[in-house]
Amino acid sequence: MDSSTLVENLFRWRNVKLFLNTVLLTLGVLLVDILLATPAAWLTTRSDIKYKRTFSILCVLPLAIPGYVMAYAILSLGGNNGIFLSIFGRSIHRINGYWGALIALSFYTTPYLFLNLRSALLGLDPSVEESARSLGYNQWRVFIYVILPQLRPAFYAAGLIICLHVLGDFGVVSLMRYETFSYALYVEYRLMFDHNYAAWLAIILLTITGCLLYTETHLLNRIELHRAGHGTTRSPVVIALQRWSIVGYFYLIGLFIIAVCTPALTVFLWLVRGFETSVLDGIFEAFTGSIGIAIPAALGCSLLAVPFSYINVRYATRLSNTIARIPYIIYAIPPLAFALSIIFFLPRTDGTVLVLIVACILHFLAEAIGPVRSPLYQVSPNIEEAARSLGCSPFMAFLRGLLPILFRGMLIATALVFLATMKELPLTLLLRPPEYETLAVNVWDYTEEAMFAEAAPYAFVILIFSAFFVGLLIRKEK
Amino acid sequence: MVKKRIKIVIYILVLFLILGKIQAETITLYSGRSKSLVEPLIEQFEKETGMDVKVSYANTTQLASKLLTEGEKSPADIFWAQDAGALGAVSKKGLFAELPDSILSKVPETFRHGDGLWIGTSGRARVLAYSSERISNNELPDSIFDLTQTKWKGKVGWAPLNASFQAFVTAMRGQIGDERTEKWLSDMKTNGTIAYPKNTPIIEALAAGEIDLGLPNHYYLFRFKKSNSKYPVAQTFFKVKDPGNLVNVAGIGLLNNSNNPENALKLIEYLLSAKAQQYFVSEVFEYPVIEGVIPNSNLLPLDELLEIVPKFDLNEMDDLEGTVKLLRRVGIM
Repeated sequence: MDSSTLVENLFRWRNVKLFLNTVLLTLGVLLVDILLATPAAWLTTRSDIKYKRTFSILCVLPLAIPGYVMAYAILSLGGNNGIFLSIFGRSIHRINGYWGALIALSFYTTPYLFLNLRSALLGLDPSVEESARSLGYNQWRVFIYVILPQLRPAFYAAGLIICLHVLGDFGVVSLMRYETFSYALYVEYRLMFDHNYAAWLAIILLTITGCLLYTETHLLNRIELHRAGHGTTRSPVVIALQRWSIVGYFYLIGLFIIAVCTPALTVFLWLVRGFETSVLDGIFEAFTGSIGIAIPAALGCSLLAVPFSYINVRYATRLSNTIARIPYIIYAIPPLAFALSIIFFLPRTDGTVLVLIVACILHFLAEAIGPVRSPLYQVSPNIEEAARSLGCSPFMAFLRGLLPILFRGMLIATALVFLATMKELPLTLLLRPPEYETLAVNVWDYTEEAMFAEAAPYAFVILIFSAFFVGLLIRKEK
Repeated sequence: MVKKRIKIVIYILVLFLILGKIQAETITLYSGRSKSLVEPLIEQFEKETGMDVKVSYANTTQLASKLLTEGEKSPADIFWAQDAGALGAVSKKGLFAELPDSILSKVPETFRHGDGLWIGTSGRARVLAYSSERISNNELPDSIFDLTQTKWKGKVGWAPLNASFQAFVTAMRGQIGDERTEKWLSDMKTNGTIAYPKNTPIIEALAAGEIDLGLPNHYYLFRFKKSNSKYPVAQTFFKVKDPGNLVNVAGIGLLNNSNNPENALKLIEYLLSAKAQQYFVSEVFEYPVIEGVIPNSNLLPLDELLEIVPKFDLNEMDDLEGTVKLLRRVGIM
């Protein structure tokens, strides 16, 4: 394509419209996520409601549902053939367009914010709150003026991931028929002859990401949240909800019903409408394939996230800030383009599982950084200094002083990357070795051919095993 | 001692020979066709020939992109695609080898590439799907050009991003010219035609009451009917030779740098055998590309289908670029 047509295509009115749509959707999703995740995170860490761990797991589960399945589920509620009609005898309008995209994307990005906030809330130093209380602040003002500001790194990290998710999403917005920038990008990448224009669109996308990253770096600059005095942080105080606790339960259960049970119900209906046991033949192979990628990728990401977060928080220079942002840039590259560029540089292209795992680690590293970084902001450098003065080498000081404190963040990072990899599709499709099967690939393969009953068991295994794995991780944190 | 060593060397050589032989009988297939549809067929082929087919399943367009990125170093022997557009893109880059006449002659010219670089394996028709609850038979539009009438305003769904829709537009340009095609596209847009990302959501929207008419491929509806025979959607063709009746093909091509062209050709041949074609017709609900297959009662027999489809040239189907330009100009994408 020559440059004049390129420019003409690039600066079309339509692209401006797509861009505005994207901004509207991103802001909407951020807002809804903040409204949904903040109370949930607070309730499951600081209140006296029971079954906190169970509720935490339930709040994370929407992450295990592939975005397009969520979109199908929300779409199938309404209309003449909808679930609403068959259950309540009344049909409602199909939810689609902006609101449909907003709901579906909010549901499945909420866990990112939830987990980041949860990890930050658990590491808060209660003495600050106690001082505020003693100076006459009531509980509500403590939350607004004391707790919320300390959650900033968590909000920024999750907000960034959520923004990038919305920017990159095509599955949800296309089913909801809400045209965002990724529409243009997807269409261009699908057309094989025209990677030139597509590359330009991707550069625009990366520029937007760059701006977001710059803002985040700026906001994080000079944040110091660790305690200045002596002693170590105690575990946070639990606040009795008393008669409000019923509201808390309702809220958490409501969130679970809407964000997890709705899609699960749809998948269940797929299942009962035409289940054949022969579908189960490949399920074990797909299961081992999925965890064969998801577990190493999750562990790899949570380990790699440590040095990236560490240099970013402890040695905040321009260089370290830049290095720490590289994972986000990689995250923002459209996965299809990322996969193709890996193929381009590989000497042999039959693909091995290792290549796929490395690609997943590189891609998902950004998701792991937030939860690991949050506790780092809460730990005073005194800890490493004390360890050094007691004769530890710098590395040992880090290992024995800091790592135990980061452990909780690393668990959460592992959970996030695990869930993301379980449903990963574009990288797996192009980079997996021949005949390597995963659950997500099977869900996609069957739904693509409108064989929903066959897709259902695979989707359920993702959901159930994800719940199990996240449960395991959350039990480990102390 | 020396004898023993020689023995070991011989064993190793034999082992290498065996390994080499195994190597030779492995075929690598890039399949843009879904695993759920074609795996039983591949397994049957493996059982009958003892060959090992390594299949990479993915989206057709993505696989084509992968092939173009890999170029010479691709491990693939064969590329099996869901639509002619992707095959066109790969053949344009010179990655396909010419197929032998013995294979080409099995299939009518309508269903293969003019220079024999790839060949159709099954047919997929474009149809008019409609809500059987809200639309009666005598109301149905006769031609694709009737869809721009005001009575269908906001009632029609299509999937302009979908490869098979774009193939249909490419064929339409070949039949009636760019100008009339563009006019039709922009009239459709003005008439409030609703854009879905692919075929399945069109069928679901018909059932949900969002639209009354839709332009999908023919086989999706059967999958919905399979789990629910009362699914409130039906489908039909337009009048004889209407551009809306295009039959697209899924097709296959042999890659130039295949390590193993003889065995790869055996697989292609197998897919064109009566047995495999019968599978496409009975299990996948697609149209056969060879004569003599027992028709599926849900589908038109091949000869009747060939009578109602418009004249089109598969060689022209690789002008996706022109089609996209048109779609962009009209503002559909």
